[in-house]
Amino acid sequence: MEQYENKGGMGLKSRRVIAYIVLIFMSVLCLIWFYVLLINATRSHAELTTGFTPIPSTFLLTNWTNLYHSTIPIVNGMINSVIVAGCAAVLSTYFSTMTAFAIHAYEFKAKKAMFTFIMMVMMIPTQVTALGFIQLVSKMKLEDNFIPLIVPAIAAPVTFFYMKQYMESTLPLSLLEAARIDGAGEFRIFNTIVLPLMKPAIAVQAIFTFVSSWNNYFTPALILHDDKKKTLPVLIAQLRSADFLKFDMGQVYVMIAFSIFPVILVYLLLSRNIVGGVSMGAVKG
Amino acid sequence: MNKSKTSSVMKYNRWGYIFLIPFVVVYLVFQLIPLISTIYNSFFENYRSGLNQIGPNFIGLANFAKLLSDKDIWTYTQNTLIMWILGFIPQIVVSLLLGAWFSDPALRLKAQGFFKTVIYLPNLIMASAFSMLFFTLFSDSGPVNSILMQLGIIAAPYSFFSHVWSTRILVGFMNFIMWFGNTTILLMAGMMGIDTSLYEAAQVDGATATQVFYKITLPLLRPILVYVLITSLIGGLQMFDVPQILTNGTGDPVRSSMTLIMYLNKHLFSKNYGMAGALSVILFIITGVLSLIVYRVSNKQN
Repeated sequence: MEQYENKGGMGLKSRRVIAYIVLIFMSVLCLIWFYVLLINATRSHAELTTGFTPIPSTFLLTNWTNLYHSTIPIVNGMINSVIVAGCAAVLSTYFSTMTAFAIHAYEFKAKKAMFTFIMMVMMIPTQVTALGFIQLVSKMKLEDNFIPLIVPAIAAPVTFFYMKQYMESTLPLSLLEAARIDGAGEFRIFNTIVLPLMKPAIAVQAIFTFVSSWNNYFTPALILHDDKKKTLPVLIAQLRSADFLKFDMGQVYVMIAFSIFPVILVYLLLSRNIVGGVSMGAVKG
Repeated sequence: MNKSKTSSVMKYNRWGYIFLIPFVVVYLVFQLIPLISTIYNSFFENYRSGLNQIGPNFIGLANFAKLLSDKDIWTYTQNTLIMWILGFIPQIVVSLLLGAWFSDPALRLKAQGFFKTVIYLPNLIMASAFSMLFFTLFSDSGPVNSILMQLGIIAAPYSFFSHVWSTRILVGFMNFIMWFGNTTILLMAGMMGIDTSLYEAAQVDGATATQVFYKITLPLLRPILVYVLITSLIGGLQMFDVPQILTNGTGDPVRSSMTLIMYLNKHLFSKNYGMAGALSVILFIITGVLSLIVYRVSNKQN
């Protein structure tokens, strides 16, 4: 397999060395920010003003306690974010699987048109409908409410498309026939046969939906005005607009860490599925 | 046998419609109705001037005329595109390189899983928190300045956020860091799909790795490259979180990092619904055209 060697191009070994150097460099470039964040979250404001050192200090808990007792409702923010992202992930995966199942398993007149429609609207950014969205939300008296942040996740074209792709490779229609002969209703078939079969795809998409909802800043910032209702990204923006120089930097770093590290932890636990999931979506995408 | 199968299929097919109900209802209420009312709003004069509410009065296309004749929107379009390009060029170069390496069986790179995990990681990070982090790290009294001073590279802190290009480059750099892992994985999937017999034939003919990359990989990858380019452009037009948090929504210095969506956000917060509507419609048309291209490209591929 050493075919590239001595053929006018670079030797295989030197190519491999270059590849490793670039890969390590890019990895450092990706991780260094979180390392600095981790270190700085453990240092006190006084220490932080003296300049950077790569060694962690002992003020993590102090910073956290200070933040907890500050004017920023950080714990509320965390709970709100978990509620919104968790509910969005559950609803989005359940109903997207259902939508995909409708298109995959049944023959009906509007099937093709519906599929084309969903594919067409897939790319429309939420921002361009934001104006109408906030007007609707205020008419429905749903400002400062999580419903407009959760329920729209039911209609998620990207998740639908992923589910549809996955279904094509894992759900034979003969299985449904067999279940029907056994007398199962369609809704029951969906819940007891289709959903369990789709578990791997549901897991991947649940993570993606959770993360994108957890990270979402644009829409929550328009809908949530009450401090107690705000999600983490909105609180971080608020921190940014506060008089920054007067702030205890230790608290600032702890708060950023608080918003970033839960996602990193979950990701590291499940990374195999996630990275595989991205490339699976890309095969046809 | 065959006949009974068709009839039973027919009987069940109304369930196709039933299972579509949640999607259709939610889509109608939370996407389609807002879209229509956004378009509707774009034809009305509707804003606040001090404490007075002006409108809504029907003014036809006047909002569009005003928006497009004002030079702000062109500046912001330019800003958005500049910052997108600053992120996209390194992103596509690095992604092509890494993708080619990952998918090259001759290289036999070790720890691929680790590297893929690490480079994809920034994509999942909360953009607003990541921007806040960058803001603190690159602030005048932040660690980057203190390291540069300790190393003796600069004598006094460099204000990254009061210079046009350092701000733009930081935004572009963050977009690059956040997206190159994703692009690498997409391109790699595309490269894995290329028929290996082509590589074997090139190998027999004595082609170098560089030749193989330019003559085989790149041309065959074109549909995916077009897909990556256009989806990235659509994403770039939506650029908001990073510059919004980095510059506290001002787009400073001198609004040189103000993006189109930040402009929209400003109109939404000041309740200038006429202009916000017109801007949304323009963005909708642009992304619509771009998505149509994506749809065409990915359909051809199939």
